[in-house]
Amino acid sequence: MSLLELKNISKIYGGLKALDNVSLRIEKGEWIAIMGPSGSGKSTMMNIVGALDKPTSGEVIFDGRDISKESNKRLTELHRDKIGLVFQQFHLINYLNAVENVMVAQYYHSMPDEKEALEALERVGLAERARHLPSQLSGGEQQRVCIARALINSPELILADEPTGNLDEANENIVLEIFRQLHKEGTSLIVVTHDPEVGEEAQRIVRLEHGKVISDQKNELFKG
Amino acid sequence: MNKKRMMFIRMIAASLVRRRSRMIIALLSIVVGGTILSGLGMIYYDVPRQMSSQFRSYGANIIITPSKDSFIEDDDLLSGLSFFPQEELEGYTPYRYENTSVHNMPVTLAGIDFDSVQKTSPYWRINGGRPTSDGEALVGAKVAERLGISAGDDISAVNSFEVTDDMDISKIPDYEMYTSPDTGEQFCDHELSLKVTGILQTGGSEEEYIYVSLSDVADLALTDRGYDIVEVSVAATQDRLSSYIETINSNVFNISAKLVKRVTASESTVLTKLQSLVFIVTAVVLVLTMICVATTMTAVIAERRREIGLRKALGAYNSSIVGQFLTEGLVLGAIGGILGSILGYVFAQIVSQNVFGSSIMFRPVLIPITIAASVLVTGIACLIPIKSAVEVDPALVLKGE
Repeated sequence: MSLLELKNISKIYGGLKALDNVSLRIEKGEWIAIMGPSGSGKSTMMNIVGALDKPTSGEVIFDGRDISKESNKRLTELHRDKIGLVFQQFHLINYLNAVENVMVAQYYHSMPDEKEALEALERVGLAERARHLPSQLSGGEQQRVCIARALINSPELILADEPTGNLDEANENIVLEIFRQLHKEGTSLIVVTHDPEVGEEAQRIVRLEHGKVISDQKNELFKG
Repeated sequence: MNKKRMMFIRMIAASLVRRRSRMIIALLSIVVGGTILSGLGMIYYDVPRQMSSQFRSYGANIIITPSKDSFIEDDDLLSGLSFFPQEELEGYTPYRYENTSVHNMPVTLAGIDFDSVQKTSPYWRINGGRPTSDGEALVGAKVAERLGISAGDDISAVNSFEVTDDMDISKIPDYEMYTSPDTGEQFCDHELSLKVTGILQTGGSEEEYIYVSLSDVADLALTDRGYDIVEVSVAATQDRLSSYIETINSNVFNISAKLVKRVTASESTVLTKLQSLVFIVTAVVLVLTMICVATTMTAVIAERRREIGLRKALGAYNSSIVGQFLTEGLVLGAIGGILGSILGYVFAQIVSQNVFGSSIMFRPVLIPITIAASVLVTGIACLIPIKSAVEVDPALVLKGE
């Protein structure tokens, strides 16, 4: 069974077709890059896949369940339980320190556990910065906190929107290394990016343009 | 404690402490509201007490008279006065009247204590000085005019009485005997020399008397007896005065206490008006504060739309977001309420010192009221912006670059 299947998805914002009849199937454990220029519909697709938004038409089958018609509350539960989100802007809560930011995800998921949260930070190499506020962390460090937060509830799918968009090369490599590790452990990854280097890390590359899938190919360069 | 609850408290504390520069602005508006509420509340409750003291400058508000055809004895007077709370009893003045003649004209002499009369009749205007010792007199303006007396004069008050066989007049210090040519009865004129220290002006019936000390009156009359009337000045509302009077009249049988209606009724009218004024001002200020707090909270919460979107993306239900933000608001409201009730006391004290010239009584009951009102107002003020913030679409907020 596929992890996720989009069937003839369209999303229309006030007359503008952000996604136009897109169909896509993602298998469990797969690492997919969604690429395309600005305005190609990447973010819209990410929101629909991440259950943050609903399509105007079409079906979204997640783990065998059509989520496109679900109530907002059920969608909330879905992305809380199954999906870990990584943002370009990190979106850390600025008055909580690194470990507390990770614990927030636990708080809404099940039960906060500081030890586990510290382990997640250790995994992204930030154990020593656990008590720092986001303003005291570099962009790369913030992104790693964001990844630790996405990992903490052991999601089936990590959804990353331009995860390296605000990072320098060194930090980009650190983030990609974490992704490789996750992929090895069997976590499904969808990475939205316009950076070819980041895209080429994935198993499969889906290219969008004007809301349509223009190519969907296995990545021959994939090293995993 | 449950780990979830601990995390909740940790988040609230972090938000209040680490975002303090933002929170202080919101807190400030709540503190200002709380201060004005508790300050005006304290003034509202204290106005009757303050004004009662002020009104006492219009004179005594209770009159005690003998209940039977006799005099007021010290014992009865003291047991009657014991029913007034010490802090409300401003003063009392016993009066003893005796008929006498000065410059061969009939005049009523009133024996009083010149210190205590300052408390019960603070409105007395005296040209000259106030008597300070025996042998000195204060003359009412009308008597002074009729008899041509002015301050500094020496006068003598004469008590004429018929000498009966059982009298031992040899004990009288200053006297003059004479026999009536018509009836042959023997009379005695007992004289009291007085130095006029001042002329009393009130515009009322008080100007018809000559005031001397109580012991001078007793000397002149050659008898020791109780008082004719006692004026009492009590700083209390009309209702309280009425209840004191009832207690006195049913407990002390030889005296009868009465309200001076003319004084107390006008006091009540002024008080009611003043209290309604303070009440209206308090209500208006409370509404304005609420608007101010609501505006501040709207701004504070609007700033955190992205955080709300993120929390929703992490799986927060609307109810838990409302719960968190509302708790923050309520904690802020409680802190503001506590500070407000303390500052309110200071505010009321300053107002009271400036307006009434006396200090205000602290009312502990206003602390819980102020805190409850601040929490309630902040809660209501927070609900509206939180409700709109919760409607936020996480996808749109998180995308906003």
